[in-house]
Amino acid sequence: MKDDIQTREDRVSNLKGLGSSRKRVEDARFTQGKGNYVDDIKMPGMLHGDFVRSPHAHARVKSINIEQAMALDGVVAVLTAKDLEPLNLHWMPTLAGDKQMVLADGKVLFQGQEVAFVVARDRYVAADAVELVEVEYEELPVLVNPFAALESEVVLREDLEAGADGAHGPRKHHNHIFLWEEGDKVATEQVLDNAEVVAEETVYYHRTHPCPLETCGTVASMDKVNGKLTLYGTFQAPHVVRTVASILSGIEEHNIRVVSPDIGGGFGNKVGVYPGYVCAIVASIVTGAPVKWVEDRMENLMATAFARDYWMKGRISATREGKITGLHCHVTADHGAFDACADPTKYPAGFFHICTGSYDIPVAYVGVDGVYTNKAPGGVAYRCSFRVTEAAYFIERMIEVLAIELDMDAAELRRINFIKKEQFPYQSALGWEYDSGNYHTAWDKALEAVQYNHLRKEQAERVEAFKKGETRKLLGIGLTFFTEIVGAGPVKNCDILGMGMFDSCEIRIHPTGSAIARLGTISQGQGHATTFAQILATEIGLPADSITVEEGDTDTAPYGLGTYGSRSTPVAGAATALAGRKIRAKAQMIAAYLLEVHDDDVEFDVDRFVVKGAPERFKTMKEIAFAAYNQAIPGVEPGLEAVSYYDPPNMTYPFGAYICVMEIDVDTGTTEIRQFYALDDCGTRINPMVIEGQVHGGLTEAFAIAMGQEIAYDELGNCKTGTLMDFFIPTSWETPHYTTDHTETPSPHHPIGAKGVGESPNVGGVPAFSNAVHDAFRPFGLRHANMPHDHWRVWKIANDLGLHV
Amino acid sequence: MVPASFEYYRPTDVSSVIALITQHGDDARVMAGGHSLIPMMKLRMAEIPHLIDLQDVAGLTGITIDGFTVRIGAMTTQTELIDHPGLRQTAPILREAALQIADPQVRCMGTIGGNVANGDPGNDMPGLMQCLNAQFTLIGPDGERTVAARDYYEAAYFTARSEEEVLTSIHFSARGGGYCYEKQKRKIGDYATAACAVTLYKEEGLCAGASIAMTNLSDVPVWSKAAGLALDGTSVDANAVKSAVEAAVADIDPSEDNRGPVDFKVYVAGVIIKRAIESAWSRA
Ligand SMILES: Cc1cc2nc3c(=O)[nH]c(=O)nc-3n(C[C@H](O)[C@H](O)[C@H](O)COP(=O)(O)OP(=O)(O)OC[C@H]3O[C@@H](n4cnc5c(N)ncnc54)[C@H](O)[C@@H]3O)c2cc1C
Repeated sequence: MKDDIQTREDRVSNLKGLGSSRKRVEDARFTQGKGNYVDDIKMPGMLHGDFVRSPHAHARVKSINIEQAMALDGVVAVLTAKDLEPLNLHWMPTLAGDKQMVLADGKVLFQGQEVAFVVARDRYVAADAVELVEVEYEELPVLVNPFAALESEVVLREDLEAGADGAHGPRKHHNHIFLWEEGDKVATEQVLDNAEVVAEETVYYHRTHPCPLETCGTVASMDKVNGKLTLYGTFQAPHVVRTVASILSGIEEHNIRVVSPDIGGGFGNKVGVYPGYVCAIVASIVTGAPVKWVEDRMENLMATAFARDYWMKGRISATREGKITGLHCHVTADHGAFDACADPTKYPAGFFHICTGSYDIPVAYVGVDGVYTNKAPGGVAYRCSFRVTEAAYFIERMIEVLAIELDMDAAELRRINFIKKEQFPYQSALGWEYDSGNYHTAWDKALEAVQYNHLRKEQAERVEAFKKGETRKLLGIGLTFFTEIVGAGPVKNCDILGMGMFDSCEIRIHPTGSAIARLGTISQGQGHATTFAQILATEIGLPADSITVEEGDTDTAPYGLGTYGSRSTPVAGAATALAGRKIRAKAQMIAAYLLEVHDDDVEFDVDRFVVKGAPERFKTMKEIAFAAYNQAIPGVEPGLEAVSYYDPPNMTYPFGAYICVMEIDVDTGTTEIRQFYALDDCGTRINPMVIEGQVHGGLTEAFAIAMGQEIAYDELGNCKTGTLMDFFIPTSWETPHYTTDHTETPSPHHPIGAKGVGESPNVGGVPAFSNAVHDAFRPFGLRHANMPHDHWRVWKIANDLGLHV
Repeated sequence: MVPASFEYYRPTDVSSVIALITQHGDDARVMAGGHSLIPMMKLRMAEIPHLIDLQDVAGLTGITIDGFTVRIGAMTTQTELIDHPGLRQTAPILREAALQIADPQVRCMGTIGGNVANGDPGNDMPGLMQCLNAQFTLIGPDGERTVAARDYYEAAYFTARSEEEVLTSIHFSARGGGYCYEKQKRKIGDYATAACAVTLYKEEGLCAGASIAMTNLSDVPVWSKAAGLALDGTSVDANAVKSAVEAAVADIDPSEDNRGPVDFKVYVAGVIIKRAIESAWSRA
C-alpha cells in the first residue's frame, strides 16, 4: 500500500487527531432522538417504583399505614425503613463520611425526604398508591439558616452521638458537622492586623442545583437464577457505584454489573448514591423482577443533590499601592440534613483552598464550618471541580471590594497581583502547586479585545448622563480572572470512599487497523467518543473515525473513578495517551521486524513507522496492525492491545479571563448582556469546536446561576423553587451571545499537555456576570449584593442606593 | 408528574359537551389546548375523572372580522391569533400580547378560550379583554348568554361562568387607535411580573378615550377606569401620564411571590404602565 501521493499534511488531517475541529460523533444519535437513556430501558416484567415524600422539613414520623396502598390493584410492595432495617439498608453511608436515611427512620429532616417506596406493575398505579400511603407526622421546629442552626437547642441529627467526633474531627455543636482549616491562621491574622489597607466582606454563594435535562434514575435487575445484579443508571461514576453496591448489599462485586447508558447531563448531580437506587435494588432483590425508578423534575430539584450554599466571610489586605499581603476566609457551609457532599475523602470543603485564585498572596488562611439544616442534602460540584466555583467567586468578589477600598481600577489591581509566568510551578500559601500559567499575557489580550479603556470611558459618560437624568440605564463591566484546579487527582491525597482517583484506558487494535478504546470515565454530553478518539489518533496513527470509544459498562470498561471535576481529560485522557504509547512501542517492534531493521532504526511519523534516513521505507499502522495478528514474530506476542492506569502526579490548573458588559435598567431591574468575551487557557486544545461548545454551555449555566437560578426555602423549610417556572433555566432568548478566545499554556506534567475545560466557564462565568452588576452600581456606592441578580434584587440595589426618586 | 386516571371524551358538538358536563357535574371538565389544565393534572392539583376534549367540537374555531366587530372562536390558538393577517390589521394588540405569552410550543396549543375562561390571574388575555371591553359568549343547559370581560372575573379561578357552561366565542369592537401590550417577565415562558394593556384614540392632538388594564397585579385582571379617564381630553403630557399611572397603581393589589415583594411589583407596575401609555400614544 504505497500512498505517498499524500502529503504529510494530508496524512495528519486524515487522522482528525489533536487540534482538529472534528464533528461530534455522538450528535448523529442525539439530534435524531436516538439516544438511549435510562428511562428508555424497558424489560419484560419490569416494575415501577415511586416515593412517598415528606411534606414537612422537620417532623417526627408517628406512623405509616400502607394498608390502603397495598390493597390497590397492581401494587406489589410498599417499603418503609422497617423493611430495610433487617438488611441494614435503612441508612446508607454518604460520600462525605456521614450517613443518610434511605427511608425515614423515625423522623424526616427536609421537605421531599423519602419516606416510603411503592412498587407497582405500572407507573401510574405507583403514583396512585403513593397518595394512599398514610403518614402521621408530628411537626418539629425547622432550622433553615445555618447560623441559627449553630445556636439552636433543636437537635437535627438525633442519630449522632452527642459530643462524639464526626468523620472530619470534633463537632462543636449538635448541628455542627466539621471545622476544616488550611493555611497559617496566626500569621495571616498578624498580617491583616498590621496591614495598610483591609477590605472585609461576607459573600454568599446561594444554594442552586445542577438540574440536568435528564433527571436521576435507575433500573435494577436481580437475576435470581445466576445471582447477578444488573444496574442501569444515571451514574457519573459507574465503577464506584458497583463497589458501593457490593459493600452495601453483600453481593460479590463480580456479580454486579453497572451500566451508565447515554446520560442527559450530570453537572455533579449524578455523582452520589441516592435512596432511589438503594430502594430499586432492594425491591428487585425482593421481587425478583426488574425495578425502574426515575425521579421527576420536582423531585430532582427538591431532593437530589443541590450545589453551593456557602457563606464566605473574607478579609483581604494590601499595601496602599495595591500589592495584596494576606487573605483570611471563614466559610459557614450549609450542607442540609445529611453531609452528602461529593468531595475527595480528605477534603470536606473540596478544593476551596484554591481561593487565593490567580494572585500571588504570601499568606492565607481558610476555615470552613459545615452545618446541618433542614434542607436537602448534597453540596455537589455543579459543573466545577469540588467547591472551586465558590472559591473563584469569593476571590473575584474580594478583589473587586479591595479595588473599591483602594479606589483603584480592578483590572489594574489584578494585574499587579497576578502570579508571574516565571513563578510557575507556583506554590500557593494554601498548599497547592500550580502547574503552569501565563496570566499577564491572557489578561492583556482580553482587555485589548474588548477595548477596556474605551468601555471605561463610555461607562463614565453614562454615569454623567444618568446623574443628569438623560438615561435610566447603567453600564457594568464585569471582570474575572480565574484559576481552576481540576483533574483529581493524585491517589496519594485524593480518594472517594477509599478508591484512589486514578483513571484508565484499555485499547484493542483490530487486525484491519481500526480500534476500540474503553475508559473508566463516562460522558454525559462532553463528547468523549469524539475527543478521546482524537487523542488516540495522534498517538497511534489510526484515524479517529476508525476508533470506537466506549464507556460506562463496568463489565467491559477498566476501573475508573468517573467523570466530574473536569477530570476526564487530565486523568483518563492521560491514560489514553499512555496506553496509545504502549501500542506504539509494540508497533515499533513489529515495524522493525517487517522492515528488517533494528527497533532503534525506525521512527514514528504521523501514521507509520519509517526507517530513519530512508522515508520511502515504511510500514503504516494499518499494515502493522494486520501483521500483529497474522505473523509469527519472534519474541513478540500476537495481538495489539494495551491498558494504562494513570495516577496523575498533580492536578492541572486551567485559567481564563472573562469580561461581561451589561446594561441595567435601574427602574425595572432588568439586565441585558451586551457583550461577553471569554478567553480560556486549557493547555493543549484537543478539539477547538468541542471546547467552544463546552464554553458556551458552561457560560449559559453561569449566566443562569448569577442572574436568577436558586433553590430557595421559606422559613418553614418549604422549597419555593421546585419547578422550572421558578427555577431559572435560560432559553435561547435569554442566553447571551459569547465571543470565545484562547491562549495555550500546556500542562508540563500531562502527557499531551491538556488541562480540562468543561467547567472553566461556570467557574469564571459566575463572577463575571455578578461583577458586571456590581460594577454598574459601584459609582453610586455599592460594595456587595448577593446573587442571584434577578430583577427584583437588582431593583432593590438601586432602591437601597436611592436611585428611585 | 403522573396524573390520576380519567375517562377521555372527544365529542363533536356543543350539545354533547353540555350533556356530558350535566351528567358528570363536578367530576367533568372541558379541555381546550390543555396547557394550563394538563400541568395541573400532572401535579395532581386538579383531579378530573371525566375529561372532555374540545378539539373536535364544531363551531368553536375561526376568526371573523365584520366592520369594526371582531369575533374569535374559543378554540382559536394563540399561534392563529399571531398569524391572522386581518387581525394584524384590525386589532394588532392581540398579536402583540399573544407573542408575549409563553413560547412557540405552548402557543401552538394554548387557546384564547382556555386562556380567558379559567380565571388564572397570570394569564395575559383576560386583562387585554377587559381593556378591549370584550364580550364572552357562554352556552349552558339553559341556553346562550353574553358576559362582559369586565364583569367576568370574581377571584382567582372564580368567574361568572357556571360549571356547566362552555365559552364558545369572544367578540369586541376594534376602531384602530394607539395600542400597546407591555409585559415584564423573568424569561420566555414566564407569567408577568407586571403587564399592561392600553388602547387610546387621538383626535386633534388630544386623547379621545383611553382604556387601561393590567395583568397579574391582583387575583383578577384589573381594568382601571380612573386611569383611562385621567388621559381623556389631555395631550397625554407628563402630568397626564403621571395621573393615569397613579390611578392605575391605586387599583392594583399584587402579592409577593418568587418574582419579588409587593413594593417592587408596585413600582415596576408603575413603570410598565407608563411605558405602555407612552408607546400607545406614540402609535395613535
Ligand atoms: C410553560 C407555560 C408558560 C405559559 N405562559 C403563559 C403566559 O405567559 N401568559 C399566558 O397568558 N398564559 C401562559 N400559559 C398558559 C397558556 O397560554 C395556556 O395554554 C392557556 O392559558 C390556556 O389555554 P388552553 O387552551 O391550554 O386551556 P386548557 O388548559 O385546556 O384549559 C384551561 C382551563 O380553562 C377551561 N376551559 C378551556 N376552554 C374552555 C371553554 N371553551 N369553555 C369553558 N372552559 C374552558 C378548562 O376547563 C380549564 O379549566 C403558559 C403555559 C405554559 C405551559
